[in-house]
Amino acid sequence: MNPGPPNRTLLVSQIKDGTVIDHITAGEALNVLTILGIAGTTTESLSIATNVASGKEGKKDIVKIERRELRKEEVDRIALIAPHATINIIRDYEVVEKKGVTIPRVIRAVVKCPNPGCISNASEPIESAFEVLPKGLHCLYCDWMITRDIASHII
Amino acid sequence: MRHIISIRDFSRRDLDYLLDRAEDFAAGGYDRNLLAGKIVALLFFEPSTRTRMSFASAMARLGGSSISVDSVEASSLAKGETLADTIRVVSGYTDAIVLRHPKEGAARLASEFAQVPVINAGDGAGQHPSQTLLDLYTIRKSMDLDGLEMGILGDLRYGRTAHSLAYALSLYQVTLHTIAPRGLEFPEGLLNELHDRGMEVKAHSDVREIIRDLDVLYITRIQKERFPDLGSYYDVASSYRITPETLQGVKDRLILLHPLPRVDEIDPRVDSTPHARYFEQSRNGVPVRMALLSEVMR
Repeated sequence: MNPGPPNRTLLVSQIKDGTVIDHITAGEALNVLTILGIAGTTTESLSIATNVASGKEGKKDIVKIERRELRKEEVDRIALIAPHATINIIRDYEVVEKKGVTIPRVIRAVVKCPNPGCISNASEPIESAFEVLPKGLHCLYCDWMITRDIASHII
Repeated sequence: MRHIISIRDFSRRDLDYLLDRAEDFAAGGYDRNLLAGKIVALLFFEPSTRTRMSFASAMARLGGSSISVDSVEASSLAKGETLADTIRVVSGYTDAIVLRHPKEGAARLASEFAQVPVINAGDGAGQHPSQTLLDLYTIRKSMDLDGLEMGILGDLRYGRTAHSLAYALSLYQVTLHTIAPRGLEFPEGLLNELHDRGMEVKAHSDVREIIRDLDVLYITRIQKERFPDLGSYYDVASSYRITPETLQGVKDRLILLHPLPRVDEIDPRVDSTPHARYFEQSRNGVPVRMALLSEVMR
């Protein structure tokens, strides 16, 4: 009996419970994890697929996080680098909730101000704060504008 | 509670209102006890002569008093205390805080921790709104802000007074002429912002090509440390120096401003011409700061 071709579509396995972040801008998956605070040593079980073919964007990244349901605030931080991402909450292999990301007006403790003279880089009890503008990110402390390569400034 | 942090927080209406108030104070018919019983803290973590003294003078003229810290060495910051803690503590002693600090955004931080109004008296390379107000005030005493042909000369890349002033003037109908050595022009971000706010900005490399068209020339210091060697500094500095010869053929109403201290930018022989207004500009710091102090402690 012919066993048929191997399953070529499933690059990463399905998860039972957790979160699937789909339609991430191609190449940004690792930055998405950084924003979510999943970096270096982690206890989560993760599946990451990058530069996967996608009808919608040409290429995309996907991140699957098992046994962790992301909260809306966590998800919105992703919007900075992956504005088209969708979030699927999975319980017992079923998608129980699907949501898009919305760009917050002000982001706190997500991006480090590139200005070395900015008070937010000193040892003060504050978090960095940026206003999200069409042209980029505006530091609410020193007025610095980050207009390109936002991902490299993520804390 | 109203803080004075950045010129960006002001609308044209706010600016006009404060300049009107300053004019009232300068005219002299004001209540000498307006701030009697009030105390302002002058927290200067960077050297300053005129800003600190003019705030103290303004407070005294309104019947209030001031207490001060003059350097980091003399304060608990030297022991490692955060600015946030210093501000929380000083808030308990005074009715307002005037802050100068080397870090940009320090005044914004202070406003988050203070129980009393904060006035920014310069935060690093950032904002210095009371300087901008007194610049505007000095111009307005001589002519309308609308319709000005305004020149700004010097180190426009790092000069915070030039940035704030350009930003404030973009609220008025002003054509801005920038005259800066190569590499010390306005930062691109600021130029874009001025453009978005509808301001016409024209760049020049030689002041002589434009000075005859100007109503106001704002001169800022070109700092030696911006140049790789003293030779190239002196080359540039001498070509940007304002002398009686530079002023030949200028409009009668042209006024020359400078935030001071000046070094070599203006030949002392210019001081006696009717165009020189920089010492008057410095004097105007007092009524302008009276307006700010009375506004935040009303």
